[in-house]
Amino acid sequence: MQHEPYDIGPARPRLDALAKACGAELFSADSYPPGLLWAGARRCGVPHGILRGVDAAAARALPGVHAVLTREDVPGSNRQGIVHKDMPVLCGTRVRHCGDPVALVVAESRDILRQALALVRVDIEPLPVLADIDAALAPDAPLIHEADGSNVLLAAEIRKGDAEEALAQCDVVLEETFFTPSQAHAFLETENGLACLDEDGVLHLTVSTQAPFRDRFEIGHALGLAPWKIRVHSPFLGGGFGGKDGATVQCLLALAALRLPGRTIKMWWDREESFLAGYKRHAARMHYRLGAMHDGTLKSVVCRLWYDSGAYAHLGGEIMELGMEHAAGPYRVEHMDCRGLCVYTNNPVAGAFRGFGVAQVSLAFEGMMDRLAGRLGRDPLDLRRQNALRRGDRNCAGVTLTSSVGLDECLRRVRDHELWTTRHTWKKAAPPFTRRGVGIAAVFNGMGYGRGLADNAIAKIELTPDGRFVIYSGVPDMGQGNASTFAQIAGEMLCQDAGRLEVVQPDTERAHPSGSASAGRTTYTFGQALIKACELMTAKLVRRAALALMIDEPGGITLVPGAVRHLPTGKELPLAAMGAMLPRDDRVCVAEYLMPVSREVPDTGRDFPLGFPHLIFPFAAHLVRVEVDELTGLVRVCDYLAATDGGRVLNPQNFHQQIEGAVAQGLGFALMEGFGTENARITTPDLSTYLIPTSLDFPDTQSVAVETLEHSGPFGMKGVGEVGLNGPLPAVASALSDALGARIDRAPVTPAMILELLASRGAQA
Amino acid sequence: MIIRFCINGRDTELDVRGDERAVDILRERLGLTGTKEGCGTGECGACAILVDGRARLSCLTLAAQLDGRDLTTIEGLGSPEAPHPLQQSFAERGAVQCGFCTPGMVVAAADLLARDPHPGREAIREALSGNLCRCTGYSRILDAVHKVDER
Repeated sequence: MQHEPYDIGPARPRLDALAKACGAELFSADSYPPGLLWAGARRCGVPHGILRGVDAAAARALPGVHAVLTREDVPGSNRQGIVHKDMPVLCGTRVRHCGDPVALVVAESRDILRQALALVRVDIEPLPVLADIDAALAPDAPLIHEADGSNVLLAAEIRKGDAEEALAQCDVVLEETFFTPSQAHAFLETENGLACLDEDGVLHLTVSTQAPFRDRFEIGHALGLAPWKIRVHSPFLGGGFGGKDGATVQCLLALAALRLPGRTIKMWWDREESFLAGYKRHAARMHYRLGAMHDGTLKSVVCRLWYDSGAYAHLGGEIMELGMEHAAGPYRVEHMDCRGLCVYTNNPVAGAFRGFGVAQVSLAFEGMMDRLAGRLGRDPLDLRRQNALRRGDRNCAGVTLTSSVGLDECLRRVRDHELWTTRHTWKKAAPPFTRRGVGIAAVFNGMGYGRGLADNAIAKIELTPDGRFVIYSGVPDMGQGNASTFAQIAGEMLCQDAGRLEVVQPDTERAHPSGSASAGRTTYTFGQALIKACELMTAKLVRRAALALMIDEPGGITLVPGAVRHLPTGKELPLAAMGAMLPRDDRVCVAEYLMPVSREVPDTGRDFPLGFPHLIFPFAAHLVRVEVDELTGLVRVCDYLAATDGGRVLNPQNFHQQIEGAVAQGLGFALMEGFGTENARITTPDLSTYLIPTSLDFPDTQSVAVETLEHSGPFGMKGVGEVGLNGPLPAVASALSDALGARIDRAPVTPAMILELLASRGAQA
Repeated sequence: MIIRFCINGRDTELDVRGDERAVDILRERLGLTGTKEGCGTGECGACAILVDGRARLSCLTLAAQLDGRDLTTIEGLGSPEAPHPLQQSFAERGAVQCGFCTPGMVVAAADLLARDPHPGREAIREALSGNLCRCTGYSRILDAVHKVDER
C-alpha cells in the first residue's frame, strides 16, 4: 500500500469535508435522543421597560407542558457575560431589548412549545427607548443598567505622542465622520443545543459553541453550579464567525435540565429568534482628523469612536479596544489620540464578529488615506506603501512590531497585478450609462487575546491500541478547518497518513482547556501546543521501541507511516504493536503553549482590563473593480483581488477558503447587509429582508498568499480568519469614490445612496 | 394519515399529521439528519431534497405531500464509503467549510446535472442561487460542480 503522510504544505482536502458533503457529520442540531423535550424562551418583544409580571398560569395548564420557569426559578447569580456579567438568564424586573427572555418553557413537542410560549402573558411598563448612541448619551436618558450609573459601558483612550500639537504642525489636515452598520452573522446553523442532568448530578451539554470550556464557568456562575459538574461537548459548528462565542442557549438549557433531571432538553432558535436574540456586529460612528505633510508622511490621527453595544456588554469593551488599537491603520503614525465610548442602547446585543471592532475603523482609516491621496494628488497605492508599517516600526498604539510584517509586499503584489496596471483602460471602456472605479485597501487585524488574559492551549494526543493517533482538540471547529489542520500538524510531526489520524471535537471531559475558537488564535495556539505534544510522543515512542527492539541506544529510531523504524538495522515495530504493548497512561502525551505578548508597556490604554495590546498581526491589501449603473444605482463588483500575509501557509486550500469566505462576508457588509432596526425593533427578521450574498452577487476572489515567516507560529503561520473581512468595505468605498467622484462615508452602500450621490453631483457628471 | 413513498430506494409507510413538515419527518422520524434546516421559510435552501428527481425545499413541504413520491435525500446520493461524484468533488475541491449548507447545495447541483450534464459556470451560479452559503464565497462550490467529471 502506498503511503502519503498527511503533511504540511500541499493543498489537501479537509478530513471533515466528505462526511459533511454526504450529510453524515452530526452537528449539535442533528441530535434527537428518544424522549427529548423542547425548550423555548418567551422573548419580551419590547425594547425597554419595567417587567411588572409574568403570568404563566395558562401556559402551565396546557397539556404537554413540563415546566414554565421565570426569574424566581433561577438559582445562582442569574448573570451571564464573558467579562462583564450583566445579562440575565431570565429577566426579573427590567427588559432592555426586544429579545430579552422573560420565561422559559419546556414542552413535549415543538407544537406544544409554540402554543405555550404564546400563552405566557407579560406585563411590561414601557420606558423611553434608547435607539441609538446619542439617545443613550443624552443627559436625561434613563439608565439601561442602573447600577452602572451611566449608559457608557467603557470610555477609553489610546494615546501616542501629542496628537493635537502635531496636527497643528501638519501641512494638510483632513476631517470626516464615518458610519458602519450592525451586521448579523447569519450562520446557516442557528443557535442550538441539548442538555441533560444525569443521575450523578453531572450536567451534560452538547452545544453549537465556540467556547465549551468557558461555557462551563459561565453556566456555573449564572446558575450557582460547580463548573466541574458541567460537561460541554461541541461538535462541528454550522458556522460561528464570533456569534457563538458567549452565552446563547447554554444557560437556558442548563436551567431546564436542572428542573427536569434525567430528561434531555433540546433548544434550537429559529431564524427570527437568532436575528432577534443573537449577537451582532457593533454599529459604529467614527470621527477622524488626519494630519500629514506635503510629501505624504502621515503625522497625526485624532479620532473619536462610538460603538453601539446594544442592551448588554458581551465583549463590547474588548471589541472597541481592538478597533482603537487599529484606529490609525497599518501605518507609521507618530502621534495618535484615539478615544472611544462603548455605549449601551436598547438595540439587539452586539458582540464578537469576525473583524472584531477592526472592520469598523478600517472604513475610516482607509477612507482618510484616500482623501489624503486625493488632496495631495498622489497615487493611493503609492501613498500607502510610503507609510506602510515595516517590521521594527512602532504601530499606532506604540507597540514595536517584532513579529512578521508583510504589508508592503501585499501592496506590491496588488501594484503589479494586471487588475491594477490596466485600471485606466478598463475604466475608460465603461459601457453607456455606467461608471467604473478601482479601489484598494490596506488592512490588518491583531491576533490572539492580547495582554491580560493567558492565550493558552493544551493539546493531548493518544496512540490507540490499534496504532492510530487521536488528537483531542480543545478548540471548536466552526467551519474554518482547524480540526483538519490539527490532523495535518500531527501528520507532519509523526509522519503518518490521514487514515491514522483522528481528531475528536472538544469535550470538556476528554480534552484540556484551550480557550475559545476566536481571535485568529485557534490554529496558532493549539497548533503550537500540538507540535510540542507530538515531539513528546515521538521521543517516547522512540524510547519504548528501543526497549522492544532491544536496542541500547534510541538514536537512529524514527517514525514512519504505521511503524517505528531503527534506521541502522532496518528493524521495524508496527504502531499497532506499540499501541497494544503500552498501557494507556503511557500512550498519551499532553503539552501546552502560551502565546507571547508584547514586552513593552505603552503608557496608555490603562482603561482596558484585558486585551491591550496585541503583538502579532496578519496584514492584507485588497483591490476591487466596480461598475455602477447610473440609471439604477446598482453596483456590480467585477473583480476582486486579496493579497494576504498570514505567515507561512500550512494548507493552501484552507488558507484561500478563509480569504474567499471573509471577502464575501465583507462585500455583504459593504453593499447589502445593514441589520435593520426601527426604534430598537428589528426590521430584518428573516433572510428575505436581511440579504446575504448569493452565488449570483459577487465574482470569484483571486486570493494571493504573501508568505512571511512568523517565527513564533506553528510552522511559521499566523491566524488568517479575520483580516480578510476588513478589506472589502474600504476597498469598495474607495472604488465607488473613484467611479463617482463622491466620497463614501457609510455602509451598506445601497442603490438609493448611489443615486443620491449621482444627483447631488449631476453637474460634474 | 398514512402516507407511502419511496425514499433513498426504500419503500416507506408513515402515519403523519396534516400539519407536519417534510423536513421534520425526515430528520426526526426517519433519522435522515443530513437534510438541514437553516431558516424554515424557504430562503436558504439547506433543506433541499430530490422529489421525483427535482430539488424541492422540505421546510415548505408538508409530509402529506410526499405521498406517492420518489425521494432522494443527501444520504441517498452517496455515503463517505461510496460517495456520489458531486460529494467527492465538493470534498476534494474545498467547497465544504462548515458544511451546513453543503447537503442542500449538493442536492441542488444534482438536480441541475440531471437536466444539464455539462453546465457552464454561469448556469451553475443561477441554479445554486437559492442555496445560501455563509462560509465559502461560493467559488469553490461552483468549481466543484463545474469540474465534477475531472478527477
